[in-house]
Amino acid sequence: MAGGGPSLMDSLFQRSLDDLIKGLRLSSPDNKLNFISKSLDEIRREIKSTDPQTKSTALQKLTYLHSLHAVDMSFAAFHSVELSSSAIHSHKRVAFLSAALSFNPSTTDFILLLTHQLRKDLSSPNHHDVSLALSTISSICNPDLARDLTPELFTLLSSSKMFVRKKAIAAVLRVFEQYPDAVRVCFKRVVENLEGADMGVLSAVVGLFCELTVNEPRSYLPLAPEFYKILVDCRNNWVLIKVLKIFAKLAPLEPRLGKRVVEPICEHMGRTGAKSLAFECVRTIVTSLSEHESALKLAVEKMREFLLDDDPNLKYLGLQALAIVSEKHMWAVLENKELVVKALSDVDVNIKLEALRLVMSMVSEDNVMEICRILMSHALKSDPEFCNEILEFILLTCSRNVYEVIIDFDWYVSFLGEMARIPHCQKGREIEAQLVDIGMRVKDARLELVHVARDLVIDPALLGNLYIHGVLAAAAWVSGEYVELSRNPFELMEALLQPRTSLLPPSVRAVYIQSAFKVLTFCIYSYLGLNGDVASEPVSDTELDNDNVVITHKQTPSTSSSKHNLTQESIMSLLNLIETNLGPLAGSDEVEVQERASNVLGLIKLMKPRIIGGLNQSEEDKIKEELKASETIKLIYDAFSEELAPVSLNSQERVPIPDGLVLKENLNELEAICGDFKLPLSTSFSLVKTRMLEKDATSISECQSKEESEPSNESTSLLSEHRKRHGLYYLPSESKESVSNDYPPAHDPKDKAIDEAEDLVKLTEQSLVFKKKSNPLKPRPVVLRLDDGEKSNFVSKKLEVKEDLISGAVQEVLLGTEASTSSSISKLSKKSSKGVPELKDNTGNNDLSEVSLAGSGRKKHNKERKHKSSGKEKEEHNNKDKQKSDRRHSKHKSRQRADSALAAQSQVIPDFLL
Amino acid sequence: MIHFVLLISRQGKVRLTKWYSPYSQKERIKIIRELSGTIVSRGPKLCKFVEWRGYKVVYRRYAGLYICMCVNHDDNELEILEIIHHYVVVLDRYFGNVCELDLVFNFHKAYYILDEILIAGELQESNKRTVGRLIEAQDAMVEAAKEEASSISNIIAQATKNVS
Repeated sequence: MAGGGPSLMDSLFQRSLDDLIKGLRLSSPDNKLNFISKSLDEIRREIKSTDPQTKSTALQKLTYLHSLHAVDMSFAAFHSVELSSSAIHSHKRVAFLSAALSFNPSTTDFILLLTHQLRKDLSSPNHHDVSLALSTISSICNPDLARDLTPELFTLLSSSKMFVRKKAIAAVLRVFEQYPDAVRVCFKRVVENLEGADMGVLSAVVGLFCELTVNEPRSYLPLAPEFYKILVDCRNNWVLIKVLKIFAKLAPLEPRLGKRVVEPICEHMGRTGAKSLAFECVRTIVTSLSEHESALKLAVEKMREFLLDDDPNLKYLGLQALAIVSEKHMWAVLENKELVVKALSDVDVNIKLEALRLVMSMVSEDNVMEICRILMSHALKSDPEFCNEILEFILLTCSRNVYEVIIDFDWYVSFLGEMARIPHCQKGREIEAQLVDIGMRVKDARLELVHVARDLVIDPALLGNLYIHGVLAAAAWVSGEYVELSRNPFELMEALLQPRTSLLPPSVRAVYIQSAFKVLTFCIYSYLGLNGDVASEPVSDTELDNDNVVITHKQTPSTSSSKHNLTQESIMSLLNLIETNLGPLAGSDEVEVQERASNVLGLIKLMKPRIIGGLNQSEEDKIKEELKASETIKLIYDAFSEELAPVSLNSQERVPIPDGLVLKENLNELEAICGDFKLPLSTSFSLVKTRMLEKDATSISECQSKEESEPSNESTSLLSEHRKRHGLYYLPSESKESVSNDYPPAHDPKDKAIDEAEDLVKLTEQSLVFKKKSNPLKPRPVVLRLDDGEKSNFVSKKLEVKEDLISGAVQEVLLGTEASTSSSISKLSKKSSKGVPELKDNTGNNDLSEVSLAGSGRKKHNKERKHKSSGKEKEEHNNKDKQKSDRRHSKHKSRQRADSALAAQSQVIPDFLL
Repeated sequence: MIHFVLLISRQGKVRLTKWYSPYSQKERIKIIRELSGTIVSRGPKLCKFVEWRGYKVVYRRYAGLYICMCVNHDDNELEILEIIHHYVVVLDRYFGNVCELDLVFNFHKAYYILDEILIAGELQESNKRTVGRLIEAQDAMVEAAKEEASSISNIIAQATKNVS
């Protein structure tokens, strides 16, 4: 009684599934978790019961909680296994349902315990049990299970009960994925089912092949005749859709196949009333058969029908199909241009997005401005989310392939500025990157860029907009970096120091201050330069000339006029302005801000006495002071005037490794040698020092300027020597004083033949040549572009090893056994027997007589063996660098095998297709 | 192939989940939350496809219930719409004018029916009558077994066995 009582009580008064669900529905949301945990306690108790009915109900309740309320039920895994052995079908059903829903193929250990039961059920006379086991296998299959149950599945693949057979076919897909060797056993039977008359079975097999062809279509080419037969004969839309998908994968591999299938596909497209089939025909044609013009025309017509349809689903799909076709046949999009643009104002965001993608795909050099204008007006009208989508697409398209479509950079730069001002704009980061990028790459756009940047920096309203702080940072950087192109540096300085900059985040603020620093340096530099004398200094000659050249080249009258304004008073007021604004920041909490502010203040402290120093000193001293000041400022100015340029990711690779250089050498010994270089290099950035020695600036600044000029001279000479010696390692822009001032143009219409792989030295030579060939009409400015590998470098090759294994096995099976199954056998074997002697020459070991005497079956076998051996041979070559573990080894082997089989096969297939 | 099937009510309550690709429990919860948010908020006159993490979710609304299936990008969306409808028609025939409550209280039956229609993320049976017949046959087996188990004499026999 004591042992049996609770069990009986449990089974009599156990809460049923209905009770649980009702209770859950009645309990308030707050109480729900409580209720669930209480029910879980009950279930934990009940599930241990010896009465199968009680156990089953408990498990069912638990499954409910698991699948709909995400309760963890891993603790019940064993009970599922236990209950699955019940003789009562309803219990078995509950057990397998819970297993299918809760077991994780890779982590649940209990799957192992289920193997025996599944095997038993697979061979059970009750076909409901069999079908239950098959569904379960398809959900929880892991490699062990797949391996152990392959024989049973093999039997079921030719079961006389069609509904069992088709389930077995569906389940076998998972088995193949987990255990590719099963292909060798089962594949023949699967193929046999392609010729069956039962529609359900056919649908399952075609579905299976549809999945298999996704990854490695080439292996299934030999089955093309069977698929073709289905395509022509079958009238079941479900099956036809799958077959079309298969042909979409196969047709690109074999042009003659495309010619054969294009006609029936067009027929289906014209005949069918089912939109799904019609759409699949369209998609097959545009993805894989687009070179067949008449078919493509029909497909585009069908697309237009879709686009004109009221059903949003069809509209969406029509746009998608157009997007596919646009890659190769832009005319199809242009033909439907007005429909696409109309779809931009659809109510459905998804449709709008598709339309947007299409519109962007239409962009070319000629229409980019027009399209951007249209989109911009759409962006202003639409909701914030879509507005940003539009902006993102514009930014992406225009910058594609290093601004390939942009010719008028002045327009684009001001367009970017406009974009930043759109109230909803959240693409600040991208705009920021492009502004800086264009600044560095496109020399001719800098003037306009500086104007745009000025307008952005100067507008106090923008500082409050959180989303465009990045843009402002870029604008500030641009105005600092290219300050010599600015109309009015004073105005710029005021803008950079305006009080509302306190709204900026510290990182952006630091950029502002750094830019102010550059502007200040420039102002003092031109002030001193204007005062004469400096030009006569031997050191500054070249730099100054350069500067003058820039100014005259750009022909900005404003720049020279601003120079005239530089009087002692104006410079002083500038210094005072900076001091009052940045003074408080020297005590900022933010290190970046504080440090940079101190840099600027340090410079002012250094320069101020020099500039006003003349008041109570003799003329001689005054000149001396100014000389010193100009030397200092020149050093700083030179530090800034070195141009930043983008560096290619591959530039290092392109440098040939000199003889005798061992890259992986231990560099510890070098430390001693490097020490010599490090010291002078660090002192050349004297600003840090200035800040440190702030306390008595006057006395120290004197000795500092000496100290500074000497070692930095030393360092520059060291550097230049270093560069001369290793000139190869630097991009041409860095060694500009020796080679050229310009960048290699990427897009010169007259000379596209820049060989990417060419030596850097050659590249710089070429750039000189290009400079002379400037187009007199409306030239596209030179866009610095390092090489094509800049982005494509990231595309990594992903090989799905497992799929390779499957297809490898399929190759083997098809080549080995296909001959005896399909109707086209005789041709195949004839062909292959011709192929064998050829192969022979390569391997050269077996004698001819054996091959020609053997029966056709033998031949096949023989051939296959040779593939293996040639595969192995290849493999040996590759062995050194690729193979590491045993497992990878075997994978590799099978891939090799597949490859070699493929090589022979590709000669064979076309003949029996036609 | 179909990666998962979700049945979600208009209030965002989950009525059925079936996963054909491996997702951890955490991912599942996240997916459900994400998708129910986007799908339920979509208006009735919009297209029935949602792009999501490189996949496509095809859904259809029946009264207050959304049935969603996640498929690969190159799968045929219209076909999936038909599969969804196929499933609903089978449910409707089985329950007789199916409503949400039927699914709430018979969640396991909804699973059994789904298992007859889809296996491994592929359409298994496109004939509605065949599916109905199979489910009925299975139910008959279950009923027979249940009657036997729950007959009063059986309970008494069990009870007396326990007492003795």
